[in-house]
Amino acid sequence: MAERKGKCTMMRTTKLRRPLVFQAASVVFSALVLLVGSGTFWGVSGSGVRAIAQDEASKPNRKATVPVQTEKIDKAIEASWSDAGVRPSPLEDDLKWCRRVYLDVIGRIPSFEEMSVFMKDKSLDRKLNLVRRLLEDDQYTEEYANHWSTVWTNVLIGRNGGMEERSLTSRPGMQKYLRDSFASNKPYNTMVHELVTATGSTKPGAENFNGATNFLAMKVNEENGVQATAAVSKIFLGLQVQCTQCHNHPFNQWKQQKFWEFNAFFRQTRALRRFVRGTDDIDHIELVNEDFSGEGSHPDKAEIYYTLRNGVAKVAYPVFVDGTAVGKSGYVSEVNRRSELGDLMMESDYLDKTIVNRMWAHFLGYGFTKPIDDLGPHNPVANLELFETLAKDFRENSYDLKQLIVWITLSKPYQLTSKMTKDNESDDPTMGEMPKFSHFYTRQMSAEQLYASLAVATQANRKGNLEEQQRRREEWMRQFIVAFGTDEGDETTTFNGSIPQGLMMFNGDLIRAAIALEPGTWLHQLSTGKGTPQDKVQFLFIAGLGRKPRPEELSVATQILVARKGEVGGMLQDMWWAILNSNEFIFNH
Amino acid sequence: MWNRFSTPNGMSRRHFMSHMAGASAMLGSSLSLGHSLRVHADTLKKNRKSCILLWMGGGPSTMDIWDLKPGTDNGGPFKAISTSGDVQISEHMPLMAQQMHHMAIVRSMSTREADHNRGRYYMHTGYVPDANVDYPSYGAVMAHELISQRPDLEIPPFVAVGGASEGPGFLGMSWAPFNVTSNGRVRNLEMSVDSDRLNQRRIALETIENSFISQNRGGVLEDHRKVLGKTFDLLTSKQMEAFQVDKEPTEVKERYGVGGFGQGCLLARRLVEAGVAFVEVDLGGWDNHQNIFRTLENDRLPVLDKAMAALTSDLDERGLLEDTCIVWMGEFSRTPRINGDAGRDHWARAWSVVVGGGGIKGGQAIGATNEDGTEVDGEPYSSEDVMASVCHSLGISLETTFTSRSGRPMKIANSGKLIKGLFA
Repeated sequence: MAERKGKCTMMRTTKLRRPLVFQAASVVFSALVLLVGSGTFWGVSGSGVRAIAQDEASKPNRKATVPVQTEKIDKAIEASWSDAGVRPSPLEDDLKWCRRVYLDVIGRIPSFEEMSVFMKDKSLDRKLNLVRRLLEDDQYTEEYANHWSTVWTNVLIGRNGGMEERSLTSRPGMQKYLRDSFASNKPYNTMVHELVTATGSTKPGAENFNGATNFLAMKVNEENGVQATAAVSKIFLGLQVQCTQCHNHPFNQWKQQKFWEFNAFFRQTRALRRFVRGTDDIDHIELVNEDFSGEGSHPDKAEIYYTLRNGVAKVAYPVFVDGTAVGKSGYVSEVNRRSELGDLMMESDYLDKTIVNRMWAHFLGYGFTKPIDDLGPHNPVANLELFETLAKDFRENSYDLKQLIVWITLSKPYQLTSKMTKDNESDDPTMGEMPKFSHFYTRQMSAEQLYASLAVATQANRKGNLEEQQRRREEWMRQFIVAFGTDEGDETTTFNGSIPQGLMMFNGDLIRAAIALEPGTWLHQLSTGKGTPQDKVQFLFIAGLGRKPRPEELSVATQILVARKGEVGGMLQDMWWAILNSNEFIFNH
Repeated sequence: MWNRFSTPNGMSRRHFMSHMAGASAMLGSSLSLGHSLRVHADTLKKNRKSCILLWMGGGPSTMDIWDLKPGTDNGGPFKAISTSGDVQISEHMPLMAQQMHHMAIVRSMSTREADHNRGRYYMHTGYVPDANVDYPSYGAVMAHELISQRPDLEIPPFVAVGGASEGPGFLGMSWAPFNVTSNGRVRNLEMSVDSDRLNQRRIALETIENSFISQNRGGVLEDHRKVLGKTFDLLTSKQMEAFQVDKEPTEVKERYGVGGFGQGCLLARRLVEAGVAFVEVDLGGWDNHQNIFRTLENDRLPVLDKAMAALTSDLDERGLLEDTCIVWMGEFSRTPRINGDAGRDHWARAWSVVVGGGGIKGGQAIGATNEDGTEVDGEPYSSEDVMASVCHSLGISLETTFTSRSGRPMKIANSGKLIKGLFA
């Protein structure tokens, strides 16, 4: 894998390329009949997985290619299984693994055609081939970049950032910066440095536009930048410092002094309002560094003060978490404090660990620590040695996120089935255990993944250009956001498996569009195309769940068809509705 | 197997009847809440306990509302006024002043969590955040314990109005809050198909759902099935009328206040009448780091005063207050010391919550803070103690023990103790 280093970092223009989907029902059907009829499709997806595994076992010289880091993961995790006295679940069916990879790498389920392309690849390296296709093939660049832009926008400014009325965060600006960064596979450390040190305008099209400024734009002016302090330390360094703003925290080794020393790095930063020419309307924010005279009016050693609980005032200057102090001057020309901070962060191994933990949790459902952004010494770590090795390897491989994705997705823990056995039922992190990764942890799709999955499965919501599609998705996302009413803009989502989500899945516009039967819709094409009703039901199950229907499911379909007096379209609509509402669809498993 | 289509399985007869009535009926006028249903409800209501939590997101300054220190450096500009109980409260709460004989102020709250997220979690669960155990919140606990008193309830027993509340923790997603806006609007309620069709879909869905559950892929799948069942119930339930706060006469709406919180409190009363066990109504905007007194006087307190007083008196007039416990609290309070921006910052060491109804002895203050409001004099009380006392007022035994998914037994309200003097 090493020869790939840097290859993907060249800027690619973001093309409005669509994923592979079928454009006509007749094509769907000929493909279906071909695959199902010849038996190859099912032959491989079912018992074929075990057949391949046996094949590999019987020929010890032939093994699927995996990066050395994947081998390290497997070895460490296997050792931890025997230490913990659990036995792993078997490997997951290849087609289910394929669905998992699509969801986690590009944020949606695979289309029918994409599944068959994968299954037709008979080489030992077909898993590696698929992951590389998703990461490197131009046709996926845009979806890959969009997916990770969505994930990171939520991390950096929350689901609500830029959505409130009068918000000065430009969500499109944040997304554009992130899309471009992921499309060009910008090294992670470079991205962090840019986000922490960004100056310029928040809004696309404005003079000095720099979308990265949206991360800090609303976090620096209020309360002397305490939100910037908390967000930068938590998101990029895994240090939870928010409680120590006011007092030394009993469970946290970070002291109040350190909070304010870290905070001092942000005190030259101002978010200035820029107005629509000739009006009082704010157009956007410009993030700038300005000379800081300090709270004692000595710009050459610009200090800040904070108050201990007993009322005693203390002084603080910029000092990084490892104790490295930078110059005390408040003049930007002498010491650019955010720039210094960015440089110091690049040297910190907290930077490496935090991202590895975040990525691991993205793919495996849980990180090495709970929560993933608390790496303080008080917090226990699952598999410390592996965690540190991966962090080190990631740094040594130029912070290439795509390589990290390959290492994890090809690893054994990522390929295990989510079915638990009696030998690993105790490995349930929801019961307060440290995760042992001895089976895949079933988890719900995010709302964004559902939206994108329906778009590919039904071709709904695909009108307009990228920006319009994104805007429509965000409109739809709004219904799930509930704010907590604090100054810090805390929020949560009702897309969490509760009844409001259930109602949306039963009756919402998105689902109505997905099951629409009007001429021109996907389901209409399917219902009026060639093939028996049974074939068509099979197709729905493959498209939605990546498997054939079971006998009892076909039987229900037949009964509905009778009840509907032979109206195939209505029956397909009911079955598709049921598939989309099922646990098997909405969970990543 | 065909029989399943003519005789739906897993449904009571009454439930099936509501299917037959069709989804449109539930959106009909309030008159359709028939006489017989109401009589039935009256008999059930007799020993049916409920709780309404008025959640003040952001951390309200209780020394400007319930525990004033006029004339001290920290006291701020507000005066204290006498009330119908043996307590004084802020001059900007004149309507509540006439209801205080129903309410008790616990003035000796002392907690340690002064971060919004941690404080909100702690006050909602009685536990500090723990990465390894996900504790259930008030609403989930109370609904879980009180559900047996309402066998005919078809709508969720835990409703959060205008806010997020906190999750069901290890009790599972089927005990999650049902989040609605303060006007009671429930999104995506209208099913576009008739009851036969809905039933066909339900059977198809259950068939797919069950085969996957049987594969032992984790407890979340069982929760998903339960939530689907509740969603079906709700779609076809006439009890959904309780959410139609718009149907209330204009004078009633105005009595509560026409804004979100007022209508949310009115909705809470309707939901309690309909049998909902726990309603949380959210009023945010208390995170007053700047200009606190202007904000309180002109904005937050008038809204709170009107709605809370209307809710208390309305429940009393309807004979519901004896069986309904009202709890008023936020995640913490605010610093006694006034900061440079004429605001107050976070303070958890000494503050107040207010409780009433449900057999609680009103008109009194329990405990006290010292002269400048910085410390508690006498016995301090915690989130656990408030929760234990609320449980007691609802007839829930403090010996109740939950078993988390890990098999660890945990006493209700984290073994909190009864607050002395709240019960006669």
